[in-house]
Amino acid sequence: MIGFLLQTLRIAVPYLFAAAGGVVAERAGVISLTLEGFMLSGAFGAAIGAFYSGSPWVGVLCGAFGGFIFGLVHAVASIRFRADQVVSGIAINLLVAGLTRFFLKLAFDSSSNSPRVPGFGSASAGASMAAAVFTNPLVWMGLLVIPVLTWVVYRTPFGLRVRAVGEHPQAAETLGVRVSRIRYVAVALSGVLASLGGVYLALDQHQFSDNMTAGRGFIAIAAVIFGRWDPARAGIACLLFAAAETLQIQLQGAQTIPSQFIQMIPYVLTIVALAGLVRRSVPPASLGKAD
Amino acid sequence: MTTRSVRAQVEEALLPPLVALLIALLAGDVLILAFGQQPGEVWLTLLRGTWGNAYGFGQVLYKATTLIFTGLAVSLGVRAGLFNIGAEGQLAAGGFAAAFIALHFPAATPAIVIILAAMVAAALAGGAVGYVPGMLKARFGAHEVITTIMLNFIVLGLLNYVVVNRVHVHETLHTPEVPKAALTRFADLISAFHGSAANAAIIIALVAALWVGWYLFRTRAGYDLRAVGLQPDAAEYGGVKVGVVWTKALVISGALAGLGGINFVLGYKHYYEEGFASGAGFLGIAVALVGRSHPVGVVLAAFFFATLSQGGLAINALVPKQMIDVLQGVVILAVAASVPEVRRALQSGRAAIAARSGDA
Repeated sequence: MIGFLLQTLRIAVPYLFAAAGGVVAERAGVISLTLEGFMLSGAFGAAIGAFYSGSPWVGVLCGAFGGFIFGLVHAVASIRFRADQVVSGIAINLLVAGLTRFFLKLAFDSSSNSPRVPGFGSASAGASMAAAVFTNPLVWMGLLVIPVLTWVVYRTPFGLRVRAVGEHPQAAETLGVRVSRIRYVAVALSGVLASLGGVYLALDQHQFSDNMTAGRGFIAIAAVIFGRWDPARAGIACLLFAAAETLQIQLQGAQTIPSQFIQMIPYVLTIVALAGLVRRSVPPASLGKAD
Repeated sequence: MTTRSVRAQVEEALLPPLVALLIALLAGDVLILAFGQQPGEVWLTLLRGTWGNAYGFGQVLYKATTLIFTGLAVSLGVRAGLFNIGAEGQLAAGGFAAAFIALHFPAATPAIVIILAAMVAAALAGGAVGYVPGMLKARFGAHEVITTIMLNFIVLGLLNYVVVNRVHVHETLHTPEVPKAALTRFADLISAFHGSAANAAIIIALVAALWVGWYLFRTRAGYDLRAVGLQPDAAEYGGVKVGVVWTKALVISGALAGLGGINFVLGYKHYYEEGFASGAGFLGIAVALVGRSHPVGVVLAAFFFATLSQGGLAINALVPKQMIDVLQGVVILAVAASVPEVRRALQSGRAAIAARSGDA
């Protein structure tokens, strides 16, 4: 049981960061199909930073910087240039996948993975899983990100502005809120938050490998929608999806339910939620509209 | 009927891709220099390796074929105001259905029967996958962007389950080879194409492009579809059943993407293999975007992206082929960002000219 919970937590951390990023951007009215790309840029930045400095903290900074840069790219494309946000998101995912592949080749002459990089926690072979999980500061940050985000979104002036800009940008503008500026900040913040999910993956596995996020950004989007754009509910959705994944790993070989069907759970639940079959998910009113 | 001249439309359609091409060339130069190579030499190698010899050109033809299908699929959706991001799953479903049907014909069946049946199966499977988001949008208002993305994962998971547990060749992730049901490989007709995967599916792709053009611009249903895409509320007021049009558009879109599966399954490998559709769905979005959702543009854009992708292999000795992945992203981003900008610039330019001639 403890093993199950720990494993769930390990799997959930990247989802928690990425979903937090998704909530911030989408509450401000900007579609975040970019989460996958943000995470991947974070993972690559973390590997580069940690490899060249020898310190995982430099990796965290470099990874977050990567997410920040691509967050800005998405913001400039979709806010300044009013590009279609869905297309911009897809382009950024392809762009990051390409750039990380190119620079993986350039920096490490490999098309699959980086050399071993330092990470957090006691990586010694004898260390228990509990020790490995709880000595990793990114796990703690991942657990804190949802409560902090809930507080920011619902209890701070910035959060109020983000929600106003996402629901009714014209009204917000009339009241003196700088709509574009709030959106820039929200999308850049989204990049940083989601990239930390990738940072965690790279440092946990002690390397960057090609496409290592493997669709996790889309699971995070599923969690955002399933959580009806509320940070806490999105966080619970992340834990739920991670628990399903853990179950699938532990059931392997037991041949009870095919693993493919358990892997589908987040996607099926998202469609069910969007269709309103349980309770309707209603997105922020100005989501995707360049006003 | 419209006040916009043909010239204005052409300008608006051509400028963003040209801007994007320039930006991509610049970005490519930077990457090439970062790798310590000469840009001019790399670009020449890319052209020589694609349009410069029959094998390279054959590969471009082959890769363009799938992209024409997925590009048309996305375009048809865009014309109806819908974003079909599910082309990847629809393509895979179509490819699997084609292989599955072809496998179940007795060996004595004439090849043409098998080919036709496989094509119908591919289109039906893709259409069925497209129906789900269409119906969900029409009945529940579920946003098709999200449902098509999620369906990609679901469809690929289901196919993985079926292939792994039911119909794979031992120790592979592909089905057995289908008998006879091969579309003619161009290499069998013209020996210079030897080794390339180009096949008769390109002809079917071009016919599909013609059909989409006819459907969109020459039929009542296509008119309704475009009306819904431009202004759903007005179309509804004008008596068009918007939900029905949405569903129909996504079914046709899915069928087009599904039909693309024959290029790999009937034209190249003669079996369904897991992952054959990988990337072609997202690139279909790029093709539709650069081709401005017009069948002619889609065909041209498909050749452009196919050239890039095959060109990556040609330049790999000089610069990592991964550079092409970057350029694809740059092109999409640049087109997406410059479309609204170009439109505004052209409009304000015209307004200024109109104002000046009004003064005179």
